[in-house]
Amino acid sequence: MSENNTIIELKNISKSYDKETMVIDNLNLEIKKGEFVTLLGPSGCGKTTILRMIGGFETPTEGEILLHGEDISKLPPNKRPINTVFQKYALFPSMNIYDNIAFGLKIKKLDKKTIDEKVKKALEIVDLEGFEKRGVATLSGGQQQRIAIARAIVNEPEILLLDEPLGALDYKMRKEMQLELKEMHRELGITFIFVTHDQEEALTMSDKIVVMADGKIQQVGTPCQVYDTPSNVFVADFIGESNIFNGRMVGSGKVRFCHTDFECVDDYPVDTKIEAMIRPENVHIVKPSEGMLKGKVYSSIFKGIYYEILIMVGKYEFTAQSQKEIPEDTEVGISIDPDGIHVVPYNIHKNHFEGVVDEELDVKFVDFSMKVDLTKLFDGATIKEGALYGKNGALIETAGKKIDAYFDPEKSDLSDNPDEGIVQGHIISIIYKGDHYSYIVRSSNEIDYYADDDYLWNIGDFVSVVIPEESIEYTLMG
Amino acid sequence: MKFTRSKLAIPYIIYMVLFVVLPLLVVCYYAFTGDDGNLTIDNFRNFFTNSKTMGTLFYSLVIASATTVLCLLLAYPTAYILAKGPFKRSDVLLILFVMPMWINFTLRITALKEVLSMLEGNLALHPFFNTVICMTYDFMPFMVMPLYTSLSKLDDNVLEAAADLGAKPWQIMFKLVIPMSMPGIISGVTMVFLPAMTNYVVLDMVYNSTFIMGSLIGSYFSSYDWHNGSMISVILLLLIFAISAFSSKLSKEELNKKTVQGI
Repeated sequence: MSENNTIIELKNISKSYDKETMVIDNLNLEIKKGEFVTLLGPSGCGKTTILRMIGGFETPTEGEILLHGEDISKLPPNKRPINTVFQKYALFPSMNIYDNIAFGLKIKKLDKKTIDEKVKKALEIVDLEGFEKRGVATLSGGQQQRIAIARAIVNEPEILLLDEPLGALDYKMRKEMQLELKEMHRELGITFIFVTHDQEEALTMSDKIVVMADGKIQQVGTPCQVYDTPSNVFVADFIGESNIFNGRMVGSGKVRFCHTDFECVDDYPVDTKIEAMIRPENVHIVKPSEGMLKGKVYSSIFKGIYYEILIMVGKYEFTAQSQKEIPEDTEVGISIDPDGIHVVPYNIHKNHFEGVVDEELDVKFVDFSMKVDLTKLFDGATIKEGALYGKNGALIETAGKKIDAYFDPEKSDLSDNPDEGIVQGHIISIIYKGDHYSYIVRSSNEIDYYADDDYLWNIGDFVSVVIPEESIEYTLMG
Repeated sequence: MKFTRSKLAIPYIIYMVLFVVLPLLVVCYYAFTGDDGNLTIDNFRNFFTNSKTMGTLFYSLVIASATTVLCLLLAYPTAYILAKGPFKRSDVLLILFVMPMWINFTLRITALKEVLSMLEGNLALHPFFNTVICMTYDFMPFMVMPLYTSLSKLDDNVLEAAADLGAKPWQIMFKLVIPMSMPGIISGVTMVFLPAMTNYVVLDMVYNSTFIMGSLIGSYFSSYDWHNGSMISVILLLLIFAISAFSSKLSKEELNKKTVQGI
């Protein structure tokens, strides 16, 4: 199953620090020899934890880490042919540059002459020749980072792990180091696993990007793949900017959103609920008479190489890019090419919750319990004296029956009054959908609720999800 | 009238002049005069020619060194575990550890004497051993505190980097942890060594009849030899100055090396 050129493989890896919260949830990943792989995701998504498990600083709670087909998940860091470059450099302050770089070689008991040569070579690679005698304190941040890289590569590891190594550098320095790291990767020919939350950095440097959120892999692909064909709205929103709209398929290669039909390249059965994503650079601004949509510019912001134009089309907001400034209140048309629209089917597993009927005919879900009109679930049934009787008058044993509840995110709202909604939690994700925001609210029992709201809340806000009782659909399971 | 900072210092300055500076000048006057009231350096010469005073100095240094080494050996692992162990509230644990310091030390040593006499029988048979044990017990918190502070500042990533580069746990300990916690070691050693040189109350309590620097001065004064007693005080003072100047120079150097990481 694992091909010859696979160097490291993560199999069913899970990690939790306490029993309740999963930091990494059943993750599988295969990395090929010589690849430059970037783990990309917002902070707290588990990317650093993955790196630390590969490096040997953490042990997975479950699963295997296979290096050349052998499980190394329990090996200590000093027994792995893997070296790490830490975010805050982690140089040894009590040693000079030479001793820092020679540290690993001295432990391997190489002879002095070999160590001297290797240290010199490593300093050449990072462009700091002649720095051997300098103290760590005399170096700038960028130089310290180079020494940290030299200290790792001098050991000739099979895999080099880089944990946000450029995070502490200023913008220009970071750009420079990005190119140099890529150059080093080419020269050394070893596998680089790079962690960053900076999507631009990931797109610039990687052969392969692993987009992560919430302890799970969202998408694995080349920079082009994750940018052009994001597998879900999270990826589209996190990498670059995107106009995202809810819609549905209306024909073969025909999709409808913003009350308009568009041609598109992706094809799904008619009436499939979808999410359409359009990159700002694919939103063409044309004369009002030539556009598929008509709108009015309400903001035009200079961004250096282009203007970011916000256009209101009815109640929907579009972000577009333009080479020249377009004054506010200009009437414009919008035209989108079929290959500028990327369509993914709406995740139908959202907002389905399993509950159990109890003795009082209430339905108990993980986070809440509900009075449900059970007579609607059992054809012709009636309730008498707190028990359910079927059409033929026979008692129906309801306790323990499983019921699925579903609600449409569009029909829900958020409120900061905890008693107003049926369930409370913290907002963990926000995605703008042109005329409203789409939220994920996570309850204290780690259940996710998808809800839409017109108002902008913040990540981490404690809210309650308000769902009108009549919008909850119940079905009898099994 | 406005309260300036210099005015706020007046009460302490009065106190210091009355109870620190003036007595010190008196001590210096007696140290460099003879019974006839003339200036002399005989007292100084006496100190270095008298086998009793030199012997006491040597014994004090031995007691202080033994106490310091024992304190360091016991406190270092403890401080390491407190600083780097898997405790959520290591600061609370630390307070529990130094809490005995809040009880008067004669009470603590009285209690420790009971334990020691249960183990040894007659305490007077092991005066040196008992003195070192009691002093170690007394001064331990002064060693744990600075060690804990410097060890908890140690960057975990640096230790992980060493493991990553192939170092075994003992190599990390000797090549990195100990050198990097040097400022803590230096200040802990200073804080234990200096008081251990003079603390004669502990010796008295465990029936150690040997003189230590503190009790030597006392014995001269009680026999009304103000001049030689004062000279010993002055020499001890100079010794303490020298040791603390040396250790603060050392820790400053270490600190300069340490400022490295913080950018």
